[in-house]
Amino acid sequence: MFTGLDMQIQRGQVTAVMGPSGTGKTTLLRLITGQISASGGSIEVAGENMREVSRQDLYILRRRMGMLFQNGALLTDLSVFENVAFPLREHTDLPERLIRQLVLTKLQAVGLRGAADLMPAELSGGMNRRVALARAIVMDPEILIYDEPFVGLDPISLGVILRLIRRLNDALGITSIVVSHDVQEIASVADQVFLLSGGKVVAQGTPADLKRNPSEIVKQFVGGLADGPVAFHFPAPNYFEELLSRSEDL
Amino acid sequence: MARELWDSLIETLEGLGSVVRFLVRLIVATPRALTRYDLISQQIFNSGALSLVIIMLSGLFVGMVLGLQGFQLLQRFGSEEALGTAAAIGLVKELGPVVTALLFAGRAGTALASELGLMRATDQLSAIEMMAVDPIQRVVVPRFLGGVIAMPLLAAIFSVIGIYGAQLIGVQIMGVDSGSFWSQMRAAVSLSDINEGIVKSLIFGVACSLIAVYEGYNATPTAEGVGRATTRTVVTSAVVILFLDYLITAAFL
Repeated sequence: MFTGLDMQIQRGQVTAVMGPSGTGKTTLLRLITGQISASGGSIEVAGENMREVSRQDLYILRRRMGMLFQNGALLTDLSVFENVAFPLREHTDLPERLIRQLVLTKLQAVGLRGAADLMPAELSGGMNRRVALARAIVMDPEILIYDEPFVGLDPISLGVILRLIRRLNDALGITSIVVSHDVQEIASVADQVFLLSGGKVVAQGTPADLKRNPSEIVKQFVGGLADGPVAFHFPAPNYFEELLSRSEDL
Repeated sequence: MARELWDSLIETLEGLGSVVRFLVRLIVATPRALTRYDLISQQIFNSGALSLVIIMLSGLFVGMVLGLQGFQLLQRFGSEEALGTAAAIGLVKELGPVVTALLFAGRAGTALASELGLMRATDQLSAIEMMAVDPIQRVVVPRFLGGVIAMPLLAAIFSVIGIYGAQLIGVQIMGVDSGSFWSQMRAAVSLSDINEGIVKSLIFGVACSLIAVYEGYNATPTAEGVGRATTRTVVTSAVVILFLDYLITAAFL
């Protein structure tokens, strides 16, 4: 899927990974988090080579990471409170009073302290994503990874998530990696942007650099243009020929 | 044709190997999972207590049918008093474990497979892994153990209710002597008969729970994939239960 992909993500920054659909952004996240293993090359995360890391070390590394999934991925049989408390209960022996304080603090940060007793099925899409974000930060991770955090959100929820990404990054001093194809939104919070296409980085730099980039593919992606190096249509036989041959068959 | 048969054989063997590997992972994760008795008791409730109504109702009706059929048959030989023995041995050794396992596969097995399949489809299992928690140990093993523990209990309840159903028809309605019904049963049913029933229900519990969690955990993460996993759970469980039933029965002879 990737050929000659070379990326360096800076500590303490918000890094956006953008690109057309099917270009491998989510696959890249799965490689970074060790959910899948690369067949070649090398991926280093916080000093660990992800191709050689043992399962035990991978789990230790993951305690230093948080990930926000595209659909939130809340555990549907647990309440909002228990979802956020889940990593604490699994990895620590903290007393119940402290767990309660930590969970309420994180829920307060995402504005959902009042929803602590609700079940995931009772939440809207935006609330679901915010609870998942609270769960992702409850262990105070060093690296926070967001997979398409804006998909399907209304403008208010989108704005809230956007501000949370920046605020959490700055307040907690973490490294954020955001996979998204919402160009304008992510450009407003990212320090660094990588644009992927055809399995490699076609442009990188600050959001301002990207806007000034003269490359056709960057202009097409940033401008949202149908015509350009990235074909809108999936490869298919000639349109008119196919239409005519179908009509003859009938 | 030969080529297709060969491919099919290889595919079946690969599937079997995959199930065995999965079972080994469950066994390895079991000791640590056993320390989370709250999770296991929750799953015993889900698989066992929530299956009670269907098990009890089915047990009652199966026992009542046994009472009717048994009475009709035994009456021909003038030995209606043996109805209690016939019903008890039939239920404890055969119908109790087998019918309970089939019902378990239909109720709890499908629930387990679809729950795990949906967790896979909605990235819940990936999220658990990303939180550095082993989903096999945290999610799958408690469900597996819950099923294994619940099955013998359900089979025992099925047999007890079934015997009551047979007594209801045989003694209360057909007029078989109550004393003969119970005393002949007590004299004829041995501990080895009960052991056979327990062994069967334990093995069926392992098989049904393993098939359900395997199919659910490895389901294709789509609506169709979860549906297929659920269907395969019922079909595979039914065939495996009947096959194992024959093997265990032959082993106890």
